[in-house]
Amino acid sequence: MFRIKKQLAAMGVLGINQRNAEYTLRYNPRYLYPLVDDKLRTKEIALKGGLAVPELYGLVGTEYQVRHLADLLKSYSDFAIKPSRGSGGEGILVVSGRTKELYRKIDGTLISSEEIGYHLFNIISGMYSLGGQPDKALIEYRVRFDPKFEPISYLGVPDIRVIVFLGVPAMSMVRLPTRMSAGKANLHQGAIGAGIDIANGTTLTAVWRNQIITEHPDTGNPVTGVEIPKWDTLLKIAARCYELTGLGYIGVDLVLDKDKGPLILELNARPGLSIQIANRSGLLPRLKLVEQHHTELVNLDDRLEFSKHNFGHKG
Amino acid sequence: MNKRHLYLLAGSLTAIGLILFFYKLIVMDFPLIPEVKTYIWSIEAHLTFEAGKKPVKVSMFIPRNSRRFTIMNENFVSKGYGVSVSTENGKRRVHWSIRKVKGPQSLYYHATVIRMDRDMLPYKPAISEKEKPDLEGAYLEASKALITEVRRKSADTDSLVAGLFKRLNTPEPGDSAALLLGKKATVQKKVDLSVQLLALAGIHARAVHGIHLEEQRREAPVIHWLEVYEKDSWLSYEPASGIRGVPEDYLVWWRGTEELVQAQGVKRLHVSLSVVRSEEAALQLAVEKGIIKKPILLDFSLFSLPVQTQAVYRVVLLVPIGVLFLVILRNVIGIRTFGTFMPVLIALSFRETQLLWGIILFTTLVGIGLLIRLYLEHLQLLVVPRLAAILIVVIGLMAFLSVLTHKLGLERGISVALFPMVILAMTIERMSIVWEEFGAIDAIKQGTGSLIAAMITYLIMTIKYIEHLVFVFPEILLIVLAATILLGRYSGFRLLELRRFKALSDIKSDV
Repeated sequence: MFRIKKQLAAMGVLGINQRNAEYTLRYNPRYLYPLVDDKLRTKEIALKGGLAVPELYGLVGTEYQVRHLADLLKSYSDFAIKPSRGSGGEGILVVSGRTKELYRKIDGTLISSEEIGYHLFNIISGMYSLGGQPDKALIEYRVRFDPKFEPISYLGVPDIRVIVFLGVPAMSMVRLPTRMSAGKANLHQGAIGAGIDIANGTTLTAVWRNQIITEHPDTGNPVTGVEIPKWDTLLKIAARCYELTGLGYIGVDLVLDKDKGPLILELNARPGLSIQIANRSGLLPRLKLVEQHHTELVNLDDRLEFSKHNFGHKG
Repeated sequence: MNKRHLYLLAGSLTAIGLILFFYKLIVMDFPLIPEVKTYIWSIEAHLTFEAGKKPVKVSMFIPRNSRRFTIMNENFVSKGYGVSVSTENGKRRVHWSIRKVKGPQSLYYHATVIRMDRDMLPYKPAISEKEKPDLEGAYLEASKALITEVRRKSADTDSLVAGLFKRLNTPEPGDSAALLLGKKATVQKKVDLSVQLLALAGIHARAVHGIHLEEQRREAPVIHWLEVYEKDSWLSYEPASGIRGVPEDYLVWWRGTEELVQAQGVKRLHVSLSVVRSEEAALQLAVEKGIIKKPILLDFSLFSLPVQTQAVYRVVLLVPIGVLFLVILRNVIGIRTFGTFMPVLIALSFRETQLLWGIILFTTLVGIGLLIRLYLEHLQLLVVPRLAAILIVVIGLMAFLSVLTHKLGLERGISVALFPMVILAMTIERMSIVWEEFGAIDAIKQGTGSLIAAMITYLIMTIKYIEHLVFVFPEILLIVLAATILLGRYSGFRLLELRRFKALSDIKSDV
C-alpha cells in the first residue's frame, strides 16, 4: 500500500483531498460557482463571450409549461433534455427521433410524451439538482457528433474534457461511450477515456475499466492515434473559459458537432480526477508549472503556446 | 489559507482541552476509568394498624450506618403524627405518636441504602448490654445441662456455636433443648435462646435481625442471625448451619431480643418490609454525597444537570466522536456514504437495537422501502409528495416491524422506532436515484458503504471508556474539534483512491 502511495506521489497524481484543499478551494471563489453549476447561466456567458453552445430550444420551469409540452416540441424531432443544475450527467434524456406520439431515445427504446412530462416534473422539483432545490429543465439541440468519431463510439456522444488551470489547458482526454456505459460518457460507468496529446490533438493510449486498450470494445476500431479535428479551436475555446468564468481550476466539456463545429457542453468547477488515468500521468507537476509561470503568460496565445510546449507528449 | 493560523488554532484548542483535562484528573480526582455502577437499594417499612380512639405510640427500630452500608435520604411518611428519632446504645428507633386517631392507619419509613465498605472501628460492647440469662428453675437447669454438654464437645467459639446450632436444629434435640425451645421452634427463638445459653457460658452474644437486599422484594422476610463478641470484634453466625459469616448483602435492621415494633393503643398491627434495587453511577453518587470536592468549576459541569438530562448528554456527547470518525472514514479512507452524517444517526439508533438487530432492521427497512419506491415510480408522482409518501410508508413499516417482532417475542425489534425515519426516507430516495442513474452496483456499493460507516461509528461510540471520558471530561471535545479542523486541511491521498489510481502506478512501472 505504501509502495503504491509512494509511486503515485512520485508521479504527481492529484487526489481528491489535495484537489479540494489546494486547487478548487483556493482558485475557485465560491460566488462564481453558480456560473458553472447552472447550465443556463453557462450558456448565457458563453454566448456573450462569443463561444458556441448547443442551441436552446426551450426552458421548462413550471408545471404549467410541462402540460403544454407538445406545443414546445412541435417543430423538433430530436432534442436533449437536461436539468439546468444537474451534476455528474444525472437526469439527461436524449431523444433522437419521433413517430406521431412516441419519442425514440438514443438507445432505441420508445417513450410517450407523458413519460417525458414526468421526467420534466422530476427535474423541476429538484430531483437531480444539488441539495434538491427547484430546478429548470433545458431542452436543447441534440449534438450530432463529427463523423470522425463514428467508428469509436457507441450510442452516445463522445466529449472532450480539458482541465484548464489559470487559463492554461493542463490536460485533456476524450471520453468515448460504450455499450457498457449505456451511451454515457462517464469513465466510472464504463466509458473509454483516451488521453489527448495537447500539442497535436491525437489520442494517446486509451483506458477502459482500469486497463489499457487499443481498440473500442464494441466497434473494434483503433482508439489510439486518432486525430481530433479542429484541435486548436477546441483548445482555444477551453482556454477562454477561464476569462469567461473567472474560475481558476475548471474542467471544460466540449463536443464537436458535424455542422456547428466545437460547442461548449458544460463547465465543471470540481472536475474529476480520472483524466489522470486516461493520460497515465499525474496532474500535479503540470499544475505546479503553471503556478510558477502564469504571471508571465499575458495573453491567450501565450497560454496556448505554453501549454502545447510543456504538456505535449514527448517521444 | 494561512497554515500557521490553522496550526495555532488547533494547537491552542488542544492545549486548553488538555489543561482542563489534567486539572480535573489530577487536582479534582475525577476517575479516568469508566465508572462502576453501584447498586443502591430503596428500603421501606410499612406499618398498618387499627387505632381505637386512644392515644397511639409506635416505635420501630431503624437501620444505622454500618461498616458495609450507608443509610441515606431517610424519610418518614406519617400524616398528623409526631415523629422523633432516638439513638441509645447504638440502637436507632423512630417514635411516632398521636393523641387522637381512629380507623386504619398507615405509617411509612423510607431510606436509601448504599453499599460502601469502609473501615470503622468495631462497636465496643458495653458491659450493661451484656445479656443476663433470664432463666429460672427447670429452664435454668436444662440450659446449664445443654450448654455444658455442647461446650464439652467444642474446642473454641466457632465450634461451640456450630455445635449449639447443630443441636438446636436437629428434629429431636433432646429433652432439655425441647423444653427450652417450646413447641414452635422458630429461627428467632433459636437465636434468642443461644444468646442466653452463650451468656451462661460467659460468652457475649447478641441476636441480629435484618433483611436480604435483593433485586426486588415485597414483604421481605426478616432474617435472624447471631453475633458473638470475640477478640474485640463481632463475628456473625448463620443459625441454619452455625457456620461463621453471613452473606454480604444482609442489612442489619436492629439488634437485641426486642421486637421490631413496640406499639401502644393499636390493634391488628402489621409490618411489611420491602426492598427495590436500582443502579446508579458511582461518580454521580460521589458528587452527591460530597466525596468529590466541589469547586465552582463543578457547578458548571454536566453533573449539575438533572439526572435525565445527564443521560441525554451521555449520548449527545458521543456524536462528536462519531462525527470525527466519519470524517476520517470519508476523507482519509474514502468510503462513500449516503448523506453526510447519516451513518452517525444510524449508529446512534444501533445503540438501542444492538448491532446485529440494527443491521437486520436497517437493511429490511431500506430494502422494502426501495421496492415501494420502485412501485411509486410507476405512478409518476412529483418529488416532494413522493418523498412524503416514502416517509409515511417507512413509518408504517417501522410500526409493523415492531408489532411483528413483539408478537414473535423478539423484544429487540421494538426499538426499531428509534431509527431516524426522515433520514431513512431520504436514503431510500437517494439510493433509488443512484440505482436508476448509475446502476444497482453503485447503489449497493454506497448503501453498504453507509452501513459499514455506521457499524464502525457504532463500535467506537459504544466503547464504555469513551462514553465515560467525554462525559466526565467534556473538554475532550476541544481536542476533537482541533483534530477535525486539522483533518479539514488534509490533502493526502484517500486510502481507496490508491486503489483507483493503482492502474496508473502499475502501467508506469511496466514501461
